[in-house]
Amino acid sequence: MTMVFEPDFGTPASEKTQLVTLEIDGNAITVPADTSIMRAALVAGIDIPKLCSTDRLKAFGSCRLCVIQVDGRNGTPSSCTTPVADGMKVSTQSEKLDRIRRGVMELYLSDHPAECATGDECEVHGVAKKIGITTSRYAQGQTHLELKKDESNPYFTFDSTECIVCNRCVRACDEVQGTFALTIENRGFEARVSSSGTSFIESECVSCGACVQACPTGALTEKTLLTIGAPTSSVITTCAYCGVGCSFKAEMRGDQLVRMVPLKDGGANEGHSCVKGRFAYGYATHSDRITKPMIRNSITDPWKEVSWAEAISFAADGLKRIQAESGRNAIGGITSSRCTNEEVYVVQKMVRAAFANNNVDTCARVCHSPTGYGLGQTFGTSAGTQDFESVEHSDVIMLIGANPTSAHPVFASRMKQAIRKGAQLIVIDPRVIALVRTPGVVAAHHLQLMPGTNVAVINALAHVIVTEGLVKRDFVDARCEEKSFKDWEAFISLPENSPEALEESSRVPAQEIRKAARLFASVPNASIYYGLGVTEHSQGSTMVMGIANLAMVTGNIGRKGVGVNPLRGQNNVQGSCDMGSFPHELPGYRHISNPDTRKIYNDMWGVTLDSEPGMRIPNMFDSALAGEYRGLYVQGEDIAQSDPNTSHVHAALRAMDMVIVQDLFLNETSKFAHVFLPGTSFLEKDGTFTNAERRINRVRPVMKSPTGKSEFEVTCDLATAMGYPMSYDNGAQIMDEIAATTPTFSGVSFKKLDELGSVQWPCNDANPEGTPMMHTETFMRGLGQFMRTPYVATDEKANRKFPLLLTTGRVLSQYNVGAQTRRTANNIWHTEDILDLHESDAQMRGIADGSWVKLSSRVGETIMRARITDEVPAGVVYTTFHFPESGANVITTDFSDWATNCPEYKVTAVEIAPSAKGPGAMVETHIEGDTQLDSIVRMANQIAANIPASDAPEIKVAHHIVQFWTKSMIERLHKDVDRSQLSPIVIKAMDVLLVTQ
Amino acid sequence: MRVFVPGDSAAVSIGANDVAAAITRIDPSLVIVRNGSRGALWLETLVEVETDNGRIAYGPVTAESVQSLFDADFLHGGSHPLALGKTDEIKWLASQERVTFARVGVIDPLSIQDYRQHGGLVGLTAALAQSSDSIINEVTESGLRGRGGAGFPAGIKWKTVAQTTSVQKYICCNADEGDSGTFADRMLIEGDPFTLIEGMTIAAIAVGASQGIVYLRSEYPHAIEILQKAIEIARASDWLGNSVLGSVHAFDIQIRIGAGSYVCGEETAMLESIEGKRGVVRAKPPLPAIEGLFGQPTVINNVLTLSTVPMVLAQGAAAYKARGVGRSLGTQVFQLGGNIARGGIIEKSFGITLRELIETYGGGTLSSRPLRAVQIGGPLGAYFSTEQFETSMDYESLIAAGGMLGHGGVVVFDDTVDLAVQAKFAMEFCALESCGKCTPCRIGSTRGAETIDLIIQGVRVDENKKLLLDLCEVMTDGSLCAMGGLTPMPVKSAMVNFPSDFLGATK
Repeated sequence: MTMVFEPDFGTPASEKTQLVTLEIDGNAITVPADTSIMRAALVAGIDIPKLCSTDRLKAFGSCRLCVIQVDGRNGTPSSCTTPVADGMKVSTQSEKLDRIRRGVMELYLSDHPAECATGDECEVHGVAKKIGITTSRYAQGQTHLELKKDESNPYFTFDSTECIVCNRCVRACDEVQGTFALTIENRGFEARVSSSGTSFIESECVSCGACVQACPTGALTEKTLLTIGAPTSSVITTCAYCGVGCSFKAEMRGDQLVRMVPLKDGGANEGHSCVKGRFAYGYATHSDRITKPMIRNSITDPWKEVSWAEAISFAADGLKRIQAESGRNAIGGITSSRCTNEEVYVVQKMVRAAFANNNVDTCARVCHSPTGYGLGQTFGTSAGTQDFESVEHSDVIMLIGANPTSAHPVFASRMKQAIRKGAQLIVIDPRVIALVRTPGVVAAHHLQLMPGTNVAVINALAHVIVTEGLVKRDFVDARCEEKSFKDWEAFISLPENSPEALEESSRVPAQEIRKAARLFASVPNASIYYGLGVTEHSQGSTMVMGIANLAMVTGNIGRKGVGVNPLRGQNNVQGSCDMGSFPHELPGYRHISNPDTRKIYNDMWGVTLDSEPGMRIPNMFDSALAGEYRGLYVQGEDIAQSDPNTSHVHAALRAMDMVIVQDLFLNETSKFAHVFLPGTSFLEKDGTFTNAERRINRVRPVMKSPTGKSEFEVTCDLATAMGYPMSYDNGAQIMDEIAATTPTFSGVSFKKLDELGSVQWPCNDANPEGTPMMHTETFMRGLGQFMRTPYVATDEKANRKFPLLLTTGRVLSQYNVGAQTRRTANNIWHTEDILDLHESDAQMRGIADGSWVKLSSRVGETIMRARITDEVPAGVVYTTFHFPESGANVITTDFSDWATNCPEYKVTAVEIAPSAKGPGAMVETHIEGDTQLDSIVRMANQIAANIPASDAPEIKVAHHIVQFWTKSMIERLHKDVDRSQLSPIVIKAMDVLLVTQ
Repeated sequence: MRVFVPGDSAAVSIGANDVAAAITRIDPSLVIVRNGSRGALWLETLVEVETDNGRIAYGPVTAESVQSLFDADFLHGGSHPLALGKTDEIKWLASQERVTFARVGVIDPLSIQDYRQHGGLVGLTAALAQSSDSIINEVTESGLRGRGGAGFPAGIKWKTVAQTTSVQKYICCNADEGDSGTFADRMLIEGDPFTLIEGMTIAAIAVGASQGIVYLRSEYPHAIEILQKAIEIARASDWLGNSVLGSVHAFDIQIRIGAGSYVCGEETAMLESIEGKRGVVRAKPPLPAIEGLFGQPTVINNVLTLSTVPMVLAQGAAAYKARGVGRSLGTQVFQLGGNIARGGIIEKSFGITLRELIETYGGGTLSSRPLRAVQIGGPLGAYFSTEQFETSMDYESLIAAGGMLGHGGVVVFDDTVDLAVQAKFAMEFCALESCGKCTPCRIGSTRGAETIDLIIQGVRVDENKKLLLDLCEVMTDGSLCAMGGLTPMPVKSAMVNFPSDFLGATK
């Protein structure tokens, strides 16, 4: 095992295409114009001494070690700040240069420890040796060697005695991260790096690690480097937090992970990181890790540690018994977006082949399923259109329902830098998120809409573009279906879609919408980025289609700087969806009803696949309460905490006879489980994650699994015990099977990934090295399809009993249900879920800042601490769901997206009241009645209200139901539903269904 | 009847306001003009009365002597021990060649009428009738060089900016006059602010800039006040604004106040400061002329450079370049200070000798002790010995003599000066004022002061002198800007010209 070495060229690569030839120390070298002499020299193999320059940052020219001489020019300029020129003759070595370098180095050494805590890591001593001096002739004078260390940050120390004031940390905070937490205090000899006058922990610092990464000395050092020692080997792998999918070098000393260093070559992050990926990996070796399989007969029994063989056979016997008693559809599985593509693929294969049904769903159901539906309908596939780099070419960026500085920090930094370079930002969000106004960034427009009115706003924007003649006709004519455009154009031009008509519901001033629409349509390249604030609504799918319409009508598809870009919440949401985790789709988004697709798998797997869609997660819960669904395999997801309406989820889990949880830790869901199968952390996995830009990144094992088994092995063992033998030697074999059966992945192999670093699907014969940008010539579906997007207000409305709207989100330091981050030092920043509310709402209820409040909705109540802030408007409250104690999902309801059942997490009518005590004290409601039938009625009516159709909507409703509902649900619709509860369109659609069946 | 009592800060600092008040107390009907200083600082407060016979001067006047002036009927040029005769005939002034400073001390600084009567706006009017190229050619042809110290030809700098295609360009006037022993920028702004405004306006028209900024140091509150008023008057007179004197050109000026940092007089640090950032030097390239203020093409010139431009345009390049020697054309505004009998502004054609400046104009030391050293060009300038008194005061000759002209400050020391202490002071000044960006300046200046201290104490003198010279080379060749790059100049010149002060304990 060796260390991965990434050369530092000192200054960033030039973006120029024009080439320049010059001579450096007699060597002719050709490089792009504007390349620095320093970089050109290193390309030619000449390493000019340097301390203040590093290729992630702009040239600065302060250390004066990199001086050179140029024929015909005066002086000794710094090579980092001097660009190449044609015919230039450069000398990097001479007696004069040597004298300057030694002289400068003597000055450094005169105010630097003779030995540094990090040893060879300190570049001062390294460069000193290189230029041939080790000591300084200056007598002992004034120094900074007595300054105190700042150890306030949990992950790194700042030791000013080793600081050489090269400004790399300050510049990294500015140019890479964009937070401006660091500065230089004082001037001259007294100039020192400062976290703006306070300790690091009290400062604006977001602990992204960019400064630590940039520091050439031991001044900013990971604490683990000091406690464990210098790394001796490193492995390139992929972060397991959000959907940005940053590449890291996991640096090891023996079996111990010393630190995670962001990879400059990482396609997604290009050397940047955030506090989670960079530092919050300690959960992987936390003492809470369960490493032995456990079983129990009843959820009230204590757990019993058993052998793998016993656990597997106990689980298999339970599942087989259920199928024998209640039919093969009585069990299913949920795949995890935290797991690798290979692990997910194997679980869905187990469900389809070994369980012999299609009851497989994924946690993407509760986050980005509307993206799949919406982009599938309009563009032809479920994926973001761009790579992350594209944002740097945008003139206008529209950010909808996303808070990247907290949830996708590394991408947020890229976005901030693009904005600082001149891109304009339009924010559509009920909250004043950081990007509305943060150092270096001021949004041109903030459309502060009420939760639940996304579609009203997107329609109003499109209305302005169409009625004010701002349509990009060329693009629409060449790239989109004419009929769909005409139909949509007529629809969107209706007065009911005007900003003025929608102002009352959205609360966004019509003029503001008009200005934003004009700005968006007026620039060469406008892009849209969105998050769960778009999808997690009853009209999530409609909104995604509205976004796609807006991009098409303004011609913003198919080149750099444009596009529609979902910011994926979890590391492998994209991948788990790609891998056929949906009950109606096989890998590569191919519908289960397609016989040609099924044949590929029937032949490969030697089975006959069921042609009917299986159950979605909420269907599973409803069916469980109905007694029809009794066994569930949950891979790495804590549905009992993360899914909405906790009371309903808990009741459903309690009703099941065999719940198998595969996870790192005992969690909320495992409280209802009968089998616990210990999982592996990302540091132990061998596979791939696919990020939000469709980039397939390798996840490489850094350490051994303490469970003795890989996760896919466990899944295969269970399938085998169920009577369908499955086995793979390694992740590469699984990927080969995926490539062999999935056209968009046909060119993917571990070998290729190891060679190229990463590829973005589609990766096949047509695009052997992948596809950074989609739909460049034609859309995946041929011509782009405009879809009608009628605004239908959610049924979840503020009312007298619950007058406020609750919306939910994430903070920077914590992640999702907190299973990982709560087991790290990240707790120092955020130790509980907090309820944000506006001062006027607080005053009206006598709530003080920091006091306990009871938060209640029609489905439950909980207690948390209040924070009075103007980040939310009056009438809207906000919280996170990182902590099981507060259980924010006790409050959220079963309402969901009409097309995909993605829960409406972002809108819940609530009331708050002062509380004497806290936190927690969750009150779940008793679930009674036939929830399955209630859901069927609600879903059918919702589809009828929302289906985009200009005529004969019943046919489209019927088609939708056939495509996504299980057979038994359709049967119940016919058999058990009181027709008076159904809308006329549904009743008509039922007739169509009878005919087609 | 108009009586002139300078409102210049130097005059005010020794009681000019009290003099003015005393005059008003005795005769409230008198119109007192607070003019700029004539620059003969040893004569301040220099009171002038406008008589049929021309302006008659009295000085130095104190509040206590005002009654006696009235008693002597000074309003009609009556004789008095302080009477100096006609101002125009005072030899110290009459022998000068006032071009840049032609109106300073003569006019009411804030009277646009006075300004016009004394040739103001002729240059701008001429410029408005010309093309950009023609204005720039005139300035280039005149030989006018940057008076801030670098001596870069103004016309060439302007041409670089004019050739860029940016929509937004800036004219930045560097009025952060931080060099010790210099005061010409201040006196010009206080005495003839419209000249600066006119020069900036001409520059703006020449290069296509619409916004001007004067970076003025906070230590000059009076200059700030006068310039602000002058800008407001120029706006009200349809000079500054959307249409400069009725033309198609738009130009306006705002003042930005420096916060007391010497290095912010360095042009790139000044740009950072104007942008609201820490005053830290930028690496060049890019040149400010191409990527300057807020990344846009920017003309940066000193107050004196810009204030000379109106004369060049009014009288023509030929008239200007008829003065001076070699490549140092026109006049230089020397500022004579320190231990000198007759300090002040001496504007003369380049080529006057150091001796003439110090002896003829300065009249020797104020202390009457023998003169020993002269520092030319501010705190980073070289120390000259009396043996170098024949040096011609022009850019090239001073460089050849191991010094530099800088901003034209000349500071005189008598024989009590210890040049080793002065050398140490140069390093200490650098340590205090360095922006802290580049290593030679940031650490070198402190090590330099410490090393000179050891030499003074007689510790390993030869070894430390060698180390000091090595350090000087590293600072000269290795520093990012002139601050660190020039600090060795006073140190080395002191060592070379005054070796006896560097013998340590044996001295």
